[in-house]
Amino acid sequence: MGELVIVNDVSLALGRSEVLAVVGPSGSGKTSLLRLINRLDEPTAGTVLLEGADYRSIPPRELRRRVGMVTQRPFLFPGTVFDNVEYGPRQKGEELASGEVNELLERVGLAGYAQRDVAHLSGGEMQRVSLARALANRPRMLLLDEPTSALDDTAKHEVEALFRSVVRQNGLAAILVTHDQAQAARLGARVAVIEKGRLVKMGLPQEVLGA
Amino acid sequence: MLKNFFHGQLALGLAQAAVAAALAMLVMVAARRRQIRLEGETAQALLRGIVQIMVVGSILVLLLRGPRWTSVFLLMGMIAAAGKISGGRAKNIPGAFQVSTYAIACGAGLVIALMTWAGAIDTAITSLIPVGSMLIANAMNTNGLALNRFRAEVLAHVGEIETGLALGAGPEEVALPYTQASYQASLIPAIDNMRSLGIVWVPGLMAGMVLSGASPMYAAVYQFVVLAMILAASGITSLISTTLIRAHAFSPEEQLVLQPGPGK
Repeated sequence: MGELVIVNDVSLALGRSEVLAVVGPSGSGKTSLLRLINRLDEPTAGTVLLEGADYRSIPPRELRRRVGMVTQRPFLFPGTVFDNVEYGPRQKGEELASGEVNELLERVGLAGYAQRDVAHLSGGEMQRVSLARALANRPRMLLLDEPTSALDDTAKHEVEALFRSVVRQNGLAAILVTHDQAQAARLGARVAVIEKGRLVKMGLPQEVLGA
Repeated sequence: MLKNFFHGQLALGLAQAAVAAALAMLVMVAARRRQIRLEGETAQALLRGIVQIMVVGSILVLLLRGPRWTSVFLLMGMIAAAGKISGGRAKNIPGAFQVSTYAIACGAGLVIALMTWAGAIDTAITSLIPVGSMLIANAMNTNGLALNRFRAEVLAHVGEIETGLALGAGPEEVALPYTQASYQASLIPAIDNMRSLGIVWVPGLMAGMVLSGASPMYAAVYQFVVLAMILAASGITSLISTTLIRAHAFSPEEQLVLQPGPGK
């Protein structure tokens, strides 16, 4: 295994209902940072504290339920919207009542979509299903990895508004990775800049991103 | 035509081998036009095959005259070699050799032991070795196909797999569609051989048995016995190798270890 360090010396803390936007050139380690937080990759040093607990003390499946992730491509599972939304709870042996699914779908603006086949959804709708699917696990934190970069402008702004309200209503801590500085300024309470795997700047959007 | 030029049996055999190998190479070289580069691997396999089979051929009489217990060691050697060869089909997955050897040993080994005990395979070395080697060879092919398919499926579905993990699913669940596909694909040859038995496929063993005095009906039924044993051995091998290789594709922290990129 190569000793290539992709993310190094990044320390950050995040509170409830707070969105931290992470920007930086491609290949700078933004996605890798997210993958360390839900432990899809293993850190060689350092750790993550989730509500005070070292995340190594939390079983990986439990950790990933608490830390929801929405990626650029939604990777919906074949089947209906309902199948996708109940995927997470089902892994735990829980069944979501159709009422709960409908509530989640309503929250993401897809009321009445439960029985639709995901193959026939638009990009924006798919991203909403992906968010509802992550929320079904009742996460405390949300990782958003370029979630709107495959969407057109209208869908992008709608999904952004959705993220904002979901983060606020559910009291989530969220990290948004984006290459779009304007989006970082719109959504982020704070903005962090990562270059070559290192945190080079962090602060309020207007301080970090300039005028 | 070759018989006009080559009169000694060995000379004729080598000439036949050269023609057959040349044809195989010609096909591989022709495939280059489609940017398929298999000529290196094929040339190596041809050379290796002819050397190995000639070495074994020259000591075969000795092997077949040995005491019965030697067949156990011969079969074990075959299993290890089969594990090494087909394990190479799972590049980037650590432990592929152990997985393959274990799967082939369980699949072919169990069927050989059980059927020898039941009396379906004769304990004479001249019967145990050819039938055993057939089972091991087929288990090896199945294993290679299963691993190759599993690796390709996983690499093509990294996004889906990691999405499942990120939603709190375990490796068994997220890899299930791909272990199923690998298992099914790996058994296609064994099942198709059985389906075409006697129609497309009249195996050499049957002809040999008839020539050496067995009744044609018994030879025919025994051929079915061999194919059914192959199916059983292949099925067990693939079940074990897909289960074990799935475990090796993930870390103890339930991260997908098998990722696209240069080999490690």
